[in-house]
Amino acid sequence: MSESKIKPEELAEKINYTPDHKGWMDPSVEFKQGVFNYSGNPANVDYLKLPNARKWQPTDQDWKLPENWKEIILEGLRDRLTRFRSLQLFMDICVRCGACADKCHFFIGSGDPKNMPVLRAELLRSVYRNNFTMAGKILGTLAGGRELTVDVIKEWFYYFFQCTQCRRCSVFCPYGIDTAEITILVRELLNLIGINIDWIITPVANSFRTGNHLGIQPHGFKDSIDFAAEELESITGLKIDVPINKKGAEILFVAPSADYFGTPHYYTLLGYLALFHEIGLDYTWSSYASEGGNFGSFISHDLMKSLNAKIYAEAKRLGVKWILGGECGHMWRVLNQYMDTMNGPADFLEVPVSPLTGTKFENTRSTKMVHICEFTSDLINNNKIKLDKSRNDQWKVTFHDSCNPARAMGLIEEPRYIIKNTCNNFFEMPDNTIKEQTFCCGSGAGLGTDENFEMRMRGGLPRANAVKYVKEKHGVNFLGCICAIDKATLPPLMEYWVGGVEVGGIHELVGNALIMAGEKERTTDLRGEPLV
Amino acid sequence: MNILFSLCAVIFLIIIAIIGGDLKMEYLFGIIFPYAAILTFILGIVYNVIKWARIPVPFHIPTVTGQQKSLPWIKNNRLESPHTTLGVVGRMAFEILFFRSLFRNTKTELRNGPQLSYGSSKYLWLGAIVFHWSFLIIFLRHFRLFMEPIPSFVLAIQNIDGFMQIGLPVLLITDALFSIALLFLLFRRIIDSRVRYISLAADYFPLFLIISIAVTGILMRYFDKVDLIKIKELAVGLFAFHPAVPEGIGVMFFIHLFLVCTLITYFPFSKLLHMPGIFLSPTRNLANNSRMKRHENPWNHPVMVHPYEEYEDEFREKMREAGLPLDKE
Repeated sequence: MSESKIKPEELAEKINYTPDHKGWMDPSVEFKQGVFNYSGNPANVDYLKLPNARKWQPTDQDWKLPENWKEIILEGLRDRLTRFRSLQLFMDICVRCGACADKCHFFIGSGDPKNMPVLRAELLRSVYRNNFTMAGKILGTLAGGRELTVDVIKEWFYYFFQCTQCRRCSVFCPYGIDTAEITILVRELLNLIGINIDWIITPVANSFRTGNHLGIQPHGFKDSIDFAAEELESITGLKIDVPINKKGAEILFVAPSADYFGTPHYYTLLGYLALFHEIGLDYTWSSYASEGGNFGSFISHDLMKSLNAKIYAEAKRLGVKWILGGECGHMWRVLNQYMDTMNGPADFLEVPVSPLTGTKFENTRSTKMVHICEFTSDLINNNKIKLDKSRNDQWKVTFHDSCNPARAMGLIEEPRYIIKNTCNNFFEMPDNTIKEQTFCCGSGAGLGTDENFEMRMRGGLPRANAVKYVKEKHGVNFLGCICAIDKATLPPLMEYWVGGVEVGGIHELVGNALIMAGEKERTTDLRGEPLV
Repeated sequence: MNILFSLCAVIFLIIIAIIGGDLKMEYLFGIIFPYAAILTFILGIVYNVIKWARIPVPFHIPTVTGQQKSLPWIKNNRLESPHTTLGVVGRMAFEILFFRSLFRNTKTELRNGPQLSYGSSKYLWLGAIVFHWSFLIIFLRHFRLFMEPIPSFVLAIQNIDGFMQIGLPVLLITDALFSIALLFLLFRRIIDSRVRYISLAADYFPLFLIISIAVTGILMRYFDKVDLIKIKELAVGLFAFHPAVPEGIGVMFFIHLFLVCTLITYFPFSKLLHMPGIFLSPTRNLANNSRMKRHENPWNHPVMVHPYEEYEDEFREKMREAGLPLDKE
C-alpha cells in the first residue's frame, strides 16, 4: 500500500458532486500520487511488439511521443470508426441527457465531473467532432470540437485509465452507450503511440510467454497446484489427484491464475479441487493455458485475441470434449462475448454435457465453455453432491455480483443458488447495488495497483458502502464474489471503508460445505480456521 | 455562453423569417425551403443509417440486464436478457416506446458517514416520455392540414387530445404537456449543475428551436389565429407537388414553418440522430446468445500468437523435471 494514505473520513468529506464553473473544454490534468498508474515496462512493451517502447512516466513533462503522434491517433480513430459500429454510433447519438452522470463509481467516489461517463466519452467525442464532422470542422469549439493536443492525450490517459469497463453506465443509458467500448478503443489508440500502463503490459507479456499473468513457469504452476492438493489433504484427509496437461481428459478446466497464487483466491482453488475430486471428474488443468483472465482485453482487441487463442488451441491439443471455466469476471466477458468470434468456431469440441447429471448445457452449444457456477448449481439441483451448510456458519454472507458476469452474461441466479445451498446466512445488499446494477470493486480493467490506491478506494466506495450497510444491519462478515480481481482488491477496500469483512469465492463456500466420501471429520474450514 | 449562442441563433432564425415575410418571399419560405428541408432530412437520415449499417459489428456485446438463459429450472428474463429474436424485439420495443433504461434512473446522494443512497428518480423519464409522445401526436395531428379528406385516425387523435373540452378552440392536452415537458427539459439543463456542465450549444439549440416552434404553433391556434384554409391549401399543394402560396397567410405561419424547416434540416447533422440510431445500438439490439450461436466478425484478422510448440520448446527441460507430459521428448 502507498505510504501517504488519505484517511477514509477525509476522503469522503471532500467529495462534491457539483462541478465548478470552469467547464471542461480546456484539457487539464494533474498526476498526483495515488491516482494514476505507472507506465508499461519498455522491455515488455517491446516483447509484445507494441510501438514506441521507451522509459517514461505520466508525471514527466515530455512523454516522448513519436513525431507524427497526432497523425497516428487520427488515422487510428478513422480506422476504428470503420471497423466498430459501436464507436461510430456512440460518437453520433449521445444527447447528453446526463442519466449516466451519477452511475459511475469513479464519479460517485471522486466527484470529478470528467468521471461522468458522458464526459469521459466527450473527451474523445470532442476530438471526433473537430476532425470528422462538418459542424466541428466549420464551427470548432462552438460545435463542441477540440483540437487534439498533447494535453488532450494526457487527459485521455488519466480518465480512460479511470474507467474499469464495468458497463454500469450502459445499463442506464437510453441508447445503451457503452463506455467500456469507448475506453477499450481509446486505450487501443493510446497504445499506438506507446502509452500504456505496466499493470496491464507486464501481465499480458507474461501471459503470452508463460501462459499466465504472473509469469509462473510450468514447473512452478505444477508446484502450486500440488501444494494446494497437499493442503486439501491435510484438511480432509483425502489424497487428491490433480491432473495437468493430461491428454484425452473429458474436460479442460481454466481458471484465473490468481486462484493458485493469491489469497483469498486460494481457498476457492481448494474448493474446486475438493469438488472435482468428490465427483470424480475426468478433467485436466493446463500449464500452457493456465490463465483464464485476459488483461489484453483491457487495452486492445488484438491482444485479447492473442491471449485467448490459447484456450481453444489447448483444448484441441489435449483432445478434450469441452471446457469448464472458473470464477473470474472479465475472463467471462471474453469467454462469453468474444472467444467464439475471435478464435472459434470450436467445431472440434462437443456440446458440453455434465458427466454427473447428464444435463446438456444447450446455452453453450457453440462456444462449448461452461461457467463453474452453472456446472455446480446443476450438480446441486440434481442432488449429486452432499452439502453441510453448518460448516459455513462462521459466515454471514452477502454476494457481490461481479460486473462482467452480471452485465455481460446475466449470470445472476446461479451463484445465489449455490450460496443458498451452502450457507445458512445469506443477506442481499440494497437493490440498486446488485445484479445488473452492481457496483465495480473500483480496481478492474488493470487499475488494481498500489500506486493507484487512492483512486481505487474512491472507485470502490459505492460497493464498500453497500457492504457496510448489510454489515451494520445483519452482521455480514463475508463478501462472496466470483471474480479474481474482486478477490485481490476487495480485501483492502473492505479494510479501508468497512472493516471486519472477509472476501472469498463461492467455491470456497462449496468446498467448506461439501461432504466428501471418506473424509476425516473436518475441524477447520478451508482457511484453516476452526469450525464454529 | 452555449445557452446564449443557441438562443441568439434561434432569434436570428426568427428575424430571418420575419424579414422574409416582409419582403414577400413567400415562394422561397413556403415552397423552396420546405422541399429542401424534407429532402435534406430524408437524404441525411438515409445517409447516416447506411453509414452505420455498413460498419461491421465485430463483437457480440449486449449489455444484459436480467438473468441469462442457462439451466432449465432457472427462470430467465426474456425481456431484459433476451436469447431469441422475439425477445430482442420486445426489449427494443420497451426501449423505444417506453424508454425502459431511462425509467431505471436513480439519483445518488452522499450523506455524512459516508452514506450513499440511490433513490428512484423518474423526472427525466417523465419529461422525456411526455415530450416525445406529445411531439409524435402533435406531428400526427398536423396531417389534418396535409391531407384531404382528413384521415380518420387523425380525427380520432384530435378528439382524444381535446377531451377536456376547455376553451375555444378546444385546448389540446398534448399542446399543454408538450410545452411543460419542453420547459422542464430546458430548465433541467440550465439548473442542474452537472447537466449544465456537460451541455453544449448543440444541446440548447434544438430545445430553443422546438420551443419556438411550439410557441408559434400555439399562438396561431389559440391567439393570433391564422387562416387554416389557406394553410391547408399550401400544405396539400406541397404534398401533391402542385405548390402554390395563397395570399395573406400571415407572418406567424412563416416563422413557424421556417423553424420547422430548420429543425428537420438540422436533424441529420445533430444529436437528433438518436432517433434512428437507437435501432442500431449493439448493446441493446443483440440477443444474449453469444455462447449459443457464433457471432462472425468480417475483419477477424490474424494476430500474433504463442503456440504450444514454442512454449514447450522454451520450457521443455523444466517440464520434464516436473514430470509434466511432453509432446516432443
